[in-house]
Amino acid sequence: MSDLSVSQDAMNQASEQLDARVREIVQWHFSPETGSPFWLDWAKKAGWDPAKEVQSFADLIAKFPHFQDEWLRDLQPEVWVPNAFKGQPFNIFETGGTTGMPKQRIGWNDYKVDYSEFSDKISDEHFPKNDYWLMMGPTGPRRLRLAIEHLANVRDCSCYFIDLDPRFVKKVIKNKQFDVARSYMDHVVDQAVTIFKNRKVSALFTTPKLLEALSERIDLWKAGLRGVFCGGTTMDPQYVRFLTEEVLEGKIGFYPTYGNTLMGLAASVPLQPEDNFSITYYSPQPRAVLRVVDPKNTTEVRGYNEWGRVELTTLTKEFFMPRFLERDEAIRRAPRAPYAWDGVAEVRPFGAMEKKIVEGVY
Amino acid sequence: MKDLPHIPCLRQGVPYVSLNQNDVTDYQKHEPLATVSQVNAGVVKRDLRKTGEARAALKKFTVDQLIDISAKAGENFLNGTLPLGDQGHTQTPDEYVATLSSTSGLPYVMVRRNMAKIHHALTNMRTILTGLTRGLDLGIIDQGFGEQFGTRISFFPTTEALGLIMPSNSPAVNSLWLPSIALKIPVIIKPGREEPWTPYRLIQSFIEAGCPKEAFGFYPTDHEGSGAILQQCGRALIFGDKNTTDQYANNPGIQIHGPGFSKILIGEDQIEHWQDHIDLIASSIAENGGRSCINASAVVVPRYGKEIADALGKVLGPLKPSAVDDEGARLSGFANPKMAEYIDGTIEDDLKTPGAEDVTGRYRDGDRKIESNGGTYLRPTVVYCESIDHPLYNREFLCPYASVVEVPQSEMLNSIGPSLVVSAITKDPEFTEDLLSSSLIERLNLGPITTMKVSWDQPHEGNMFEFLYKRRSIERA
Repeated sequence: MSDLSVSQDAMNQASEQLDARVREIVQWHFSPETGSPFWLDWAKKAGWDPAKEVQSFADLIAKFPHFQDEWLRDLQPEVWVPNAFKGQPFNIFETGGTTGMPKQRIGWNDYKVDYSEFSDKISDEHFPKNDYWLMMGPTGPRRLRLAIEHLANVRDCSCYFIDLDPRFVKKVIKNKQFDVARSYMDHVVDQAVTIFKNRKVSALFTTPKLLEALSERIDLWKAGLRGVFCGGTTMDPQYVRFLTEEVLEGKIGFYPTYGNTLMGLAASVPLQPEDNFSITYYSPQPRAVLRVVDPKNTTEVRGYNEWGRVELTTLTKEFFMPRFLERDEAIRRAPRAPYAWDGVAEVRPFGAMEKKIVEGVY
Repeated sequence: MKDLPHIPCLRQGVPYVSLNQNDVTDYQKHEPLATVSQVNAGVVKRDLRKTGEARAALKKFTVDQLIDISAKAGENFLNGTLPLGDQGHTQTPDEYVATLSSTSGLPYVMVRRNMAKIHHALTNMRTILTGLTRGLDLGIIDQGFGEQFGTRISFFPTTEALGLIMPSNSPAVNSLWLPSIALKIPVIIKPGREEPWTPYRLIQSFIEAGCPKEAFGFYPTDHEGSGAILQQCGRALIFGDKNTTDQYANNPGIQIHGPGFSKILIGEDQIEHWQDHIDLIASSIAENGGRSCINASAVVVPRYGKEIADALGKVLGPLKPSAVDDEGARLSGFANPKMAEYIDGTIEDDLKTPGAEDVTGRYRDGDRKIESNGGTYLRPTVVYCESIDHPLYNREFLCPYASVVEVPQSEMLNSIGPSLVVSAITKDPEFTEDLLSSSLIERLNLGPITTMKVSWDQPHEGNMFEFLYKRRSIERA
């Protein structure tokens, strides 16, 4: 067993870094020169000054209510533009939207920061430099599409794209049109098979279900695939085991991630035998913080190895989002090298044990 | 050895321990009896791409050898102490009976009866195959071709594996797939969630008898995994209610085993003697706890409908649950009390439609749904319907239930709908001819014969040989 323990010093240092980041970002978003119309207006109505009163992450948790996702649906994008970025065209990224208005987050450079950092966490053996990637997954209005291309470029690679519309998939599954869903999935996988047959591709981003479907059509190793960067839907330990042992045959690198448009990217720590295929993800702290909270009392975090609801706080100059309750639940895990903060494990849709959730292939 | 047996998935006979495991619990004491490995659909799909290897293992044997193995397996199943899971546990026949009873709600006596049926099927495999193949020289299956009945004959398999989506409530239905092994077609079994016991014991019985383990896939899996079995096997059997089976009604590769809507018909010529047949009708309704698709669920008569319903009510109404080990037990408990609630609620709701009466209610002391011996039971229900248009006519429930309705003999065959078994009590040659010509009846009993009688040499619900093999024209220089 390798030593993956994290020293108290390292945890203290991470905590101090996070507090410093909270001060910097709160100051930024609640100062008239740099802050966004939304937060400046919010502070006026709230009747207190976050820039003065929030000096640590603990203060942020104590003083801010949960961020409301309606704000990202109902308000026009310009209210989120920090004054410091005024006049600079922005990207509009979306999440959700199977029915009705999607949530929208604007941004400029955050995705590049997240994915440049992630590049250092994947090995050259599995993701060779100066080669070709394929993204088979949700492109469209998602941050992921630009992010993957940026990641490939950072590694001196270029990327092919095959789109998957998760809104359509969720809709047809909800309507019990399983044949349509299957046929659409086949259509997506067909395109990937064509790319693999005609082009040299060594790295793949896709969802677990599409990876499995692709492996039923081609021998991934013989096709030249060496690394898979995967995310999107629930992967319980048995499914992770199946993917690593059988789909990827223990030969192709497997890098599960947890992320979305609002957070960025939480990388997983490499699996150790004692993990028993349970994947733990660590947020890109201090830019984003994940907590596993008691669903009935969201100010409290759950104990280690206990299930709870995932809460996300995003802390960048482009976007401030305190205490957003994700529609996910996870197991809280202790810090593990190289991460000196808590992780979230076995993420699945919130309430998955109680009700059937439509996840589709995304 | 752990305290609790663990039943693994079997991938071509090789145990696979999943990280996802479900408990199978005693429905009365709510205590776990075993854990069962649950595999994701991907595992099933990958293995289904390798069924050729499993079939190759069976092809090394002749049909004759596999018939002998089946007979030994029958003895093992009935009398043997067999492995139960991968933790060193074993299971005696008595333990099997008690365990299955505690998860299915079937009393011991019914489990034993089901065991005997399976034993009979395994030990009479030659008779069954003769019936299924209409006397084919079984060597022709070994060779792929041959000569018989003065002509050249060749058969080829339609699939390399038979998929099975098994139910939780009726162990005897396992007898349906048994010929597949003797016919050299491996099986891919998805057991019912609460009933891993019978298929697992059968697999162990076969392996102990010398059958290659590669012939058996045992995949406790989810809905997606079941879908993979149904889609990829090429030939599959599914058991379920009408909603489940309707989805596959137009798929010739999937044989559906749902409700039987079996019936008793009395002709004009015999109706005056109706009193002579009440016990036979009652046993057709209530035998095996009323859970079989061959249990009568409707009695169609030209006259005396009310009187017949009342007489059946007198016989069946007083039946009560008894202890699971009572040799005289007639009713089965519900492992899932919600199912009993649903059935009871459905019958009550439909009784609100005018034109029907629960005549058993006259002779039953208390409600239809009762709690007894720590379980939930539904007591027998006979409903007199004034017309075939009433919603309670031609219904089938997982308990002793039947409707009685009056229909003129000349209209009977237009009113019965598809019926797995019809016992027609008549000697009228014209009516007999009409019955023989009817395409709605799978098995026809002419005369006072219980609907529960099956003949192993005559398939009554799909012909497994014709399902698994097709004849081709052949010429050889």
